[in-house]
Amino acid sequence: MELPLSNDRRMKVDEFDSGKMLANAARQAKQRNYDQFPIVDVDSHHYELESFNEILEYMPDPVMKQLAQMANSGNSKGVGVMPGGVGYQDMGGRAIRYPLRRIEKTEPGVHRDISLTRRWMDAMGIDIAVLFPSPMLQLGLHPQVEAEVALSFAYNRWLSERVLEEEARIRSMIYLPFNDPDACIRMVKEFAGKKGVAGFMITSVRFKPVHHNSYMRLYSMIEETGLPLAFHAGYNWGEQSMGMMNKFISVHALGFVWYNMVHMTNWVINALPERFPKLKVIWIESGLAWLPFMIQRLDNEYMMRSSECPGLKKLPGEYITDMFYTSQPMEVPRDMSLLEATFRCIKAESQLLYSSDYPHWDFDLPSTIYDLPFLKEKAKRDILGGNAVKLFKLDIGAGKLAKVA
Amino acid sequence: MAEVFVAKVSEFPDGERKIVQHGAHDIGVFHWEGEFYAYSNLCLHQGGPACEGLIMHQVEDVIGPDKTWIGQKFSDSQVNFVCPWHGYEYDLKTGECVPDRRLRLRKYSVVRRGDDVFVSI
Repeated sequence: MELPLSNDRRMKVDEFDSGKMLANAARQAKQRNYDQFPIVDVDSHHYELESFNEILEYMPDPVMKQLAQMANSGNSKGVGVMPGGVGYQDMGGRAIRYPLRRIEKTEPGVHRDISLTRRWMDAMGIDIAVLFPSPMLQLGLHPQVEAEVALSFAYNRWLSERVLEEEARIRSMIYLPFNDPDACIRMVKEFAGKKGVAGFMITSVRFKPVHHNSYMRLYSMIEETGLPLAFHAGYNWGEQSMGMMNKFISVHALGFVWYNMVHMTNWVINALPERFPKLKVIWIESGLAWLPFMIQRLDNEYMMRSSECPGLKKLPGEYITDMFYTSQPMEVPRDMSLLEATFRCIKAESQLLYSSDYPHWDFDLPSTIYDLPFLKEKAKRDILGGNAVKLFKLDIGAGKLAKVA
Repeated sequence: MAEVFVAKVSEFPDGERKIVQHGAHDIGVFHWEGEFYAYSNLCLHQGGPACEGLIMHQVEDVIGPDKTWIGQKFSDSQVNFVCPWHGYEYDLKTGECVPDRRLRLRKYSVVRRGDDVFVSI
């Protein structure tokens, strides 16, 4: 294919292989002996709309199914059915895997998503990846509640049967259609205990108060399963405040943290950890720099306004540091003492979970953790995989699974 | 000091790049507007193949005399090569990292002998 460049130039590309593009990652994996310990990637992605026709086969509502199949018939990747979003993640193709993924070849007999995922996992030295959708990160904005329900049941059933059943190295946290609390309960009942189900996930981009009474039965159910609950960040350029910004970098920088900040504030201030003490919660893809802010801000205000938070038995920051966080996109400051302080503040050695977010534009290699000068070897290995093995109760056997090149 | 053969000029059109390896050295060589430039192919960010992505002119804002934003254009003179992993942009003529010019890739000398192009390590 030909890629359009600046000043009407074109770049011809005959083939693309993400394993080759990640050859330097494989070299890092070998140099750092990643084959000596497990690495679990707690946040990675695929592009589910590339399999939309397959997913629609699982849609429970036959009328919506036909509407969606027709909308998708012109290869329009869900236009008219899925909420779209303006965004320039690929930076005009500078993140070259975005335009080139369509020409990447995979082997026959294996689902394309499994093949592509294994390829980058092996390149990076990752044993197990928790896989999430991409366009569906904005599904919480769908104006039709029933559409989120129908699409999420279809996706989860497709994912379970076509991916999780077929590949033990790929897990997922099941998408919950949070705008319909009853549907979430049905989802937990259907998927808890199924192969590859590592927990349950709420996409943060939506306007629902997590402390609303309608969700308490859901949280109890998830707590009883022993599986964690995750809030996965996203962006929404259509929101009024975000709409004041004119660049994707701005909307991404603030937006990917904003919704998790709101949900976390509600979660902690309404003392949900006291009501569900065994429920483990993970905050995904907001980076780490927001956490010292949240801890300091909420602790400071709580000391003055404790009458508004009667359910709390300890400081907000103490609840925050009991929860779990994925590392990507890890903000690396010029002054590394800031990052070191952040790690100390959030008890990273036990609470931090490495994530790549591959193939998105700001993915992080395991070396972002492994090369940190202020971490001891044990802490590196815990963050890269040990904490996830414990949290998700993973059984990955004695040997490494990744084919480190 | 070793000289590593890159290509014949006749097989190295202007506007293209070649990658050569020699021992631990992984080097990107660019042919741009009649000159050759060579840099370490290891991105300063997370070690990606810095020289293997797009070659793009620098994006510039056009600001009017009244300080209003008029639009954007591609630079007439500055061209960058962009690491395909995360978009780190490097000035093709100097190897400096465009958003922070205190960072730069190691530059290698390019030697031409007749039709042959070599990089000096």
